[in-house]
Amino acid sequence: MKIVKQSFKFLVLAVLMFLPTSIFANDTAQDGGQISGKKQVEEYIVHHLKDSHDFNLFSYTNDSGERKHFGVALPVIVWTSQGLVTFMSSEFHHNDDGHVIVEKEGLKLAKIHSKIYELEKGATSVSFDAGHHATNAAKLLDFSITKSVVGVLLIGLLMLFWFSRLAKQYKKKQIPTGFGRILEPLVLYVRDEIARPNIGEKQYRKFTGYLLTVFFFIWILNLAGLTPLGFNVTGQLAVTACLAIFTLVIYTVSGNKDYWMHILWMPGVPIFVKPILAVIELVGAFIIKPFSLLVRLFANISAGHIVLMSLIAIMFTLKESLGVAGATGLSFVLSFFLLLIELLVAFLQAYIFTMLSALFIGMAVAEHDHDHDHEISSDVEDVRGDFI
Amino acid sequence: METLLNDFSPGLFVVSTILMLVLIALMVKFAWKPILESLNEREEGIQGALDAAEKAKIEMTNLQADNERLLQEARLERETMLKEARELKSNMIAEAESQAQEQANKMIVQAQEAIASEKKAAMAELKSHVAGLSLDIAEKVVRNELSNKDKQLQLVESMLAEATLN
Repeated sequence: MKIVKQSFKFLVLAVLMFLPTSIFANDTAQDGGQISGKKQVEEYIVHHLKDSHDFNLFSYTNDSGERKHFGVALPVIVWTSQGLVTFMSSEFHHNDDGHVIVEKEGLKLAKIHSKIYELEKGATSVSFDAGHHATNAAKLLDFSITKSVVGVLLIGLLMLFWFSRLAKQYKKKQIPTGFGRILEPLVLYVRDEIARPNIGEKQYRKFTGYLLTVFFFIWILNLAGLTPLGFNVTGQLAVTACLAIFTLVIYTVSGNKDYWMHILWMPGVPIFVKPILAVIELVGAFIIKPFSLLVRLFANISAGHIVLMSLIAIMFTLKESLGVAGATGLSFVLSFFLLLIELLVAFLQAYIFTMLSALFIGMAVAEHDHDHDHEISSDVEDVRGDFI
Repeated sequence: METLLNDFSPGLFVVSTILMLVLIALMVKFAWKPILESLNEREEGIQGALDAAEKAKIEMTNLQADNERLLQEARLERETMLKEARELKSNMIAEAESQAQEQANKMIVQAQEAIASEKKAAMAELKSHVAGLSLDIAEKVVRNELSNKDKQLQLVESMLAEATLN
């Protein structure tokens, strides 16, 4: 009952968030209009995978042929040649190909493929080369509150709300009630199945906080990506890179002497191999490990979104050959099953990211019982000692 | 690769890094620390309770074993006591019997001895009596012989009759 009440509260909160949708509900826009062809579907998917400067829930074309958007405009914050410039994204009127120019502080700004460009002095419109690259505009450092940032904030607040409530429950009673009863086993799972076995009994406490945060952050954001809100936060390279670099920093900072010895001067191999191994190990520790983390998460979530949206698009693309009902049914069935798989992937990717982070940290802080003093003479002594 | 790099937004990277740092700090402070501490506390409590229960169980079994042992000992003791009593009884009876036998034997021997000595004494007395009598008879006979021969014979005969009767 309580859970129902709470989720109702959350729903109300969500609805309240999207109340100011009237901001651009009447905007006429040029976002390509209705989607019907394969090329448009492809463009739409590519567009969706990118970060967005406004939180668009849905768009439709009314009877008089006007394109209407339903959503929230988000603030644009860019670092230009004149310093920080802020304005609402609604000023671009949903244009994404650089045709609408916003003038701020004497600067001309255009949005091309979800990126904000600053036009060169004297230019009045963006000109493109053959590869559709802007020739007279420079990309800006964009600190905007984009849809992904909203997602991070929203999920962050949600996590804080849920878990601080769970923490408070423990003050009064030993066993949590309500939604906390769902969260507790998840926390225990991360602690006992991911942190403890991979990092080791002695050290795991220090890193459990980070691992728990990352696990729930990725998982909830992955799940949010499957809702019609259409977040694609964990499919943003910048976000996954940020997470991977956190893990990199943690295991680099907390690495012990053994760890560095194994990277820089591998014991137990001939001297001339040691520098070669050092290079390989350095590349492994600083490039391969974080890259495997960031690319795996990004690629899995992006692929999921692409396939899911493509299956939904069957509704339009096969309308002619299968009929409206057939295409809709096929699309519905296929995307339903893919959604189930994606629910699994959402958890799996969060698990893998956390698991590998724990593993990398565990490798860096592992204490070796026997020291690897592999000089040949002492090795012989060791072996002999073992046999006697 | 180029599109990937193009998609990478440095601004979003900076913003999400800052947000994540804040989120991790807040979560650790307000959620994970108290949650994990409480969970540890609870687990230790449960472990403690389990240990105590286990200990109590062991104590209980020990106690039961003790009781059993005591009971066994008591039973054995009773057994031995009964056995001892029985032995004592039979010993006593045997002893009494043997003593009585001995006593009886002794008495019999004494009686026999007494009889024998009495008999001896009687025989001796008889002998002396017979001797006296013989002497008397002889005296009388001799006397009668000297006075009346017939009478003397008569006397001897009567004396002998008397002696036979005696």
